[in-house]
Amino acid sequence: MARTVLPFGPQHPVLPEPLHLTLSIEDEIVKEAIPKLGYVHRGLEKLAEIRDHNQMIYIVERVCGICSCMHALCYCQGIETLMGLEVPERARYLRTIWAEMHRIHSHLLWLGLFADAFGFESLFMQFWRIRERIMDLQEETAGNRVILSVNQVGGVRRDISDEAAKWILDTIKIVEKEILQLKSTMLDDTTVKLRTVGKGVLTREKAYELGAAGPTLRGSGVAQDMRQTGYAAYSELDFAPVVESDGDCYARTAVRFKEALQSIDLLRQCFAKIPRGELSVKPKGLPTGEVVSRVEQPRGECLYYLRGSGKKFLERVRIRTPTFANIPPLLEMLPGCDLADVPVLILTIDPCISCTER
Amino acid sequence: MIDSSIVVTEENTAEVRPDEVITQSRALKDEGFRFITMSSAELEDSVCVLYHFDKDLELRNLKVYVPKGSKISSVASVYSCAFLVENEIKEHFGVEFDGIPLDFQGMLYSDEEVQKTPFCIIGIKRA
Repeated sequence: MARTVLPFGPQHPVLPEPLHLTLSIEDEIVKEAIPKLGYVHRGLEKLAEIRDHNQMIYIVERVCGICSCMHALCYCQGIETLMGLEVPERARYLRTIWAEMHRIHSHLLWLGLFADAFGFESLFMQFWRIRERIMDLQEETAGNRVILSVNQVGGVRRDISDEAAKWILDTIKIVEKEILQLKSTMLDDTTVKLRTVGKGVLTREKAYELGAAGPTLRGSGVAQDMRQTGYAAYSELDFAPVVESDGDCYARTAVRFKEALQSIDLLRQCFAKIPRGELSVKPKGLPTGEVVSRVEQPRGECLYYLRGSGKKFLERVRIRTPTFANIPPLLEMLPGCDLADVPVLILTIDPCISCTER
Repeated sequence: MIDSSIVVTEENTAEVRPDEVITQSRALKDEGFRFITMSSAELEDSVCVLYHFDKDLELRNLKVYVPKGSKISSVASVYSCAFLVENEIKEHFGVEFDGIPLDFQGMLYSDEEVQKTPFCIIGIKRA
């Protein structure tokens, strides 16, 4: 039978951001997928040539709204390494707290969108309702629901009071209970499993070879998570990567679901251990040298390459986001799948096209 | 403890010639390193291209200086996922990669009428 070429996107009901795929189809089976990017390319890396290294924090925070805090964390970490700054311990814990709140809200957002992708609207609304509690925590502690703007070179800009800490702990107890109430639906429901089990299988070998990152990698059985390097306060926390081995959509869903619960545990550990102390150190001088900084965003490993020559503006700010890394694995998953499963497979890598294109 | 933020030094970065990139990448792949990405920066007469690899969270880099206007072999023959970032570097810096399996012809992000190679002065503005 002759092939049909079908455009998918950039505007599609299941796509939160614009991504175009040219699908070659035979008998409603995908044979080939070719991506087309560029719909939200803003040239943010180029701005480093006309913004100093402190102003660039505001730029990198706006690469993506869902992992904004971690972009700033990764960037600040890199600048601090170049300048030889030792971030105070309290600041490292606060960074971890906001990062894990970000991870919970991101995973809840994705779980909702994913449920909506296979037609489970009420489940989508339930996850987003729970997510609103985390957004309230972020707004109360950082002043903003989305772009937290708490990281600065040398530490953090805000503190969390003891009263706020107690409120956070009470809230995440409710969040945990509400997420667990949805566990049987998201992970055990027959209709959900029919749309996810055995779909979009990415073997462990292929996931590693194609440079997959985050839950896309861990869903295929590779136990790699940048938090294992111990940046921020992760070295002080009891933490192990969440891993599933089947490599299908269900496995990736399970990884994100369990990571949301793990983040709640990490928040509790942070508040139990966070010391009193300074929020930041005052930087001196200008960044000189080359550094590679990596953190674990909700979607996976994010890499920043920074190059400074002791001048006001950095020579280069290069950002590699996890969705960029997960596009080749997506192109590996799509051939052989049903046309009806394409939205599910695309969402299973948790695509953030703003991150991808910068 | 492996650091998440590492200064690029001789300890973690090997400087190689453009014609050595494929063999060096293949050697790293045989050692079990996965491909993370490539970074690039404009210098006076060349473009510095850094290849980043990872194994068990250990970062390893290859650094190549590509003279402006010249070509370098695509590492997609070793790591097939590299095609996407090579397209980006081609579009932003004008580095030509020989043998990219899926070549967007410098239009991965921008349309034909947009100025090419915004990060590198070698780019020619289309009339």
